[in-house]
Amino acid sequence: MSIRVENIQRSFGAFKALDGVTLDFPTGELVALLGPSGCGKTTLLRIIAGLDFADSGRILLDGEDASSTHVRERKVGFVFQHYALFRHMTVFENVAFGLRVKRKDRPADKVIRAKVTELLKLVQLDWLADRYPSQLSGGQRQRIALARALAVGPSVLLLDEPFGALDAKVRKELRRWLRRLHDELHITSIFVTHDQEEALELADRVVVMNRGKVEQVGAAEDVYSNPATPFVYEFLGAVNEFRGNVVGEGLQVGTDVIPQVGRGFGNGQQVVGFARPHELDIVVDHANTNIGVPARVSRILSFGPVARIELSRLNGGGQTTEQQYEVQLPAQRLAELQLTTGQAVRLLSSRLRLFDQGSVK
Amino acid sequence: MAGVASHAFGSSAHAARFERNPAAREPAAVKWLIITVSMLFFAAFLLLPLYAVFSEALRKGWQAYWEALVEPDAVASMRLTLLAAAIAVPLNLVFGIAAAWAIAKHDFRGKHVLITLIDLPFSVSPVIAGLVYILVFGAQGWFGPWLSEHDIKIVFAVPGIILATIFVTVPFVARELIPLMQAQGREEEEAALVLGATGWQTFFRVTLPNIKWGLLYGVILCNARAMGEFGAVSVVSGHIRGQTNTMPLQVEILYNEYNFAAAFAVASLLALLALVTLVIKTVIEWRLGREPHPIGAP
Amino acid sequence: MPGVRSPRVLPGFGLSVGFTVFYLSLIVLVPLSAVFIKSAELSPSEFWSVVTAPRVLASYRLSFGASLLAAAINVVFGLLLAWTLVRYSFPGKRIVDALIDLPFALPTAVAGIALTAIYAGNGMVGKYLEPLGIKVAYTPLGVVVALIFIGVPFVVRTVQPVLEDLDVEFEEAAASLGATRWQTVRRVVLPMLAPALLTGFAMAFARAVGEYGSVIFIAGNMPMVSEITPLIIITKLEQYDYVGATAVAAVMLIVSFALLLIINGLQAWTARNNRSGR
Repeated sequence: MSIRVENIQRSFGAFKALDGVTLDFPTGELVALLGPSGCGKTTLLRIIAGLDFADSGRILLDGEDASSTHVRERKVGFVFQHYALFRHMTVFENVAFGLRVKRKDRPADKVIRAKVTELLKLVQLDWLADRYPSQLSGGQRQRIALARALAVGPSVLLLDEPFGALDAKVRKELRRWLRRLHDELHITSIFVTHDQEEALELADRVVVMNRGKVEQVGAAEDVYSNPATPFVYEFLGAVNEFRGNVVGEGLQVGTDVIPQVGRGFGNGQQVVGFARPHELDIVVDHANTNIGVPARVSRILSFGPVARIELSRLNGGGQTTEQQYEVQLPAQRLAELQLTTGQAVRLLSSRLRLFDQGSVK
Repeated sequence: MAGVASHAFGSSAHAARFERNPAAREPAAVKWLIITVSMLFFAAFLLLPLYAVFSEALRKGWQAYWEALVEPDAVASMRLTLLAAAIAVPLNLVFGIAAAWAIAKHDFRGKHVLITLIDLPFSVSPVIAGLVYILVFGAQGWFGPWLSEHDIKIVFAVPGIILATIFVTVPFVARELIPLMQAQGREEEEAALVLGATGWQTFFRVTLPNIKWGLLYGVILCNARAMGEFGAVSVVSGHIRGQTNTMPLQVEILYNEYNFAAAFAVASLLALLALVTLVIKTVIEWRLGREPHPIGAP
Repeated sequence: MPGVRSPRVLPGFGLSVGFTVFYLSLIVLVPLSAVFIKSAELSPSEFWSVVTAPRVLASYRLSFGASLLAAAINVVFGLLLAWTLVRYSFPGKRIVDALIDLPFALPTAVAGIALTAIYAGNGMVGKYLEPLGIKVAYTPLGVVVALIFIGVPFVVRTVQPVLEDLDVEFEEAAASLGATRWQTVRRVVLPMLAPALLTGFAMAFARAVGEYGSVIFIAGNMPMVSEITPLIIITKLEQYDYVGATAVAAVMLIVSFALLLIINGLQAWTARNNRSGR
């Protein structure tokens, strides 16, 4: 089933949770709604499910307006953040619930039994059928919650922070498992997360949201390597920030210049340049030049194949300032540079992305 | 997350989170049916008796009401009720603090048994609470002969009334403080000791400020029960007018003499006490941000 | 000191536990033990004949029967009241919420005479019921009415916080699985409230069995008909039958202790049920 939301507005008092959101979720895709707390992603998911209603705007399920359809009638599978397994029912009864409450075409007991067993096998937990939720681990509860949602044959699967309550190791395993399951079932799925790694790794497409608005929609690698807005850039990983003006092809920061970055900005325009830690390079030759931003090495973390260097920017007088940078270098490059803590260096970037300063908070 | 209403306390303000949720609300007709039925029940069983007390008390007018209240026997009963509460409440306050300190701040074997024993008076019929003192101090009781030899009267006299009042109100303060102090843990007291405070300094400067509202809550409830107790004191009271009658006993005597207006007049004072207790209790609950829970439950 | 495993950090253990045990023994435990010691003056067969005398048996039937009925009625209306207070907003709700505890705060004797005044033949409600042939005051029905009054807060106050803390996700999950509202309430919400309802029922029942003040005025106290067990004890005391009174008291005490243990178990179950299953 395809889903389209059109111009959704939702406010809680003075707080605008969703501010004109329009999105398309094509059939069979696994889409992540990614954003910080309070960005409206959960509200959007709940509105799609029918657990909340928009103040204005429409929800189209397979092209039909479902804006006022009750959650009961929407045929969406919803996996709750804390799973919401019924604690007085066994695993089996939890999964069977959606079939047992059907008023018309309720399947026979035998059919229910077969269907539930099949689903428990699908989530590889058929041996837990007679247990109660309190006897399961977090990862098992998660999978049972998924089996329960799938039991009613939903045409859409909605997952609210599906891995939020799990520890790191289980989270990774479940992530891969969910991806395989999706490839098997191909149900249109939307999940909410604030974890960019989770979104980028799992989803076919990522919707980045902030303050009730959609910032960017795209494939994972697209969103990561070509962030459309400063927010997306900052949200999707560590970032170094350089504020200055465009001078010719370079960016002037204070009295120093990072050369060959500018495209599409007018001379003298105030901009912010962003670079990921691995997109910066360190030049040891510090004095007698204004090429590169001066900084002092405050810490070197050299374990592993990639070394991390933390630096503080130096002002014109050679004193360190509040502004911090982080650079990632291959271990080999670090060895060539022979950096020491406290050393003054300059930072250059081959791949600075510029945004108008007005667009940055 | 925006979708989740903050779950601060106050049952009143947060009904909206259910009423707005399409998955957690009933059709309006069902909702109003439930409200109507429950409010009718509330009115019939709780509001009506309260109203009856005041309307019956004032049936013969304010003049008769006032005269019933200043009648010497009534005044004597008020004095005795105040005396019993003035002794029972402080004693049970000290007991409650000691019990809570022992139970919440220390680990020892038999702790759960002790907690159960503290609750015992709530599950004992008040009549039995009075009876036990007759068995101990009555003429045929354990200490009966010795007491009569020394011309000391406990049952059918004021001391018996006070003892019975203490018995039925033993758990109130302890039961408020134990969960409160358990929830607060021991770290603050341990920190005070590490900083060089003595035990008493720790108690008065760290523990007491933390529990003062819970303490007040327990005291208010303890006092309400102490002043209102009927069954237990009825058994040990000699029912001597002006001497061993508390207010609830005075109500009974007047009622049995068919002096209804006077009985309800004294009863109205007790009802006012109940209302004041509920107001203070509610205020403390708001302040403490706590949920109401069954009081005096066995 | 018994049970000391590690040196105590916080002071005052000996003093506080010593005082607690001493005070509790002096005021509660030793006097209560008198009931059993005094009962032991009777031989087992004498004891049995006292506590199973027809008039006493009739009082058990009334006390336990009326208490069961009142507690059951309170479960139904207590649930509705708790539901109303937690789930709906309406004017005056805070006042209603505060007044739920009235039966606790109002002295039982006051409640007793007030209920009698309402339900007597010439009373506010009684005068409308009497022509219909319904007599409340001075009948077992009156006992039930008084015990309903006494039990209201126990059910409301045990169910209310559980309902308050019940995660709305459970109902959302049921709805998203296609359950109607009634199916959700019956299959999901009520089973989750069951431990609290049962606890409230047991508390209301335990309180009602021992209740005296609110009942005696409205009961009429007719032997074999509307005489509750606590009143039997008082009557025997007034006849200086101390041993007889004590024997009946011993039976009531044993029932109370059993109920206390059951309630403790139920409360532990409720607490466990609220924690687990997230």
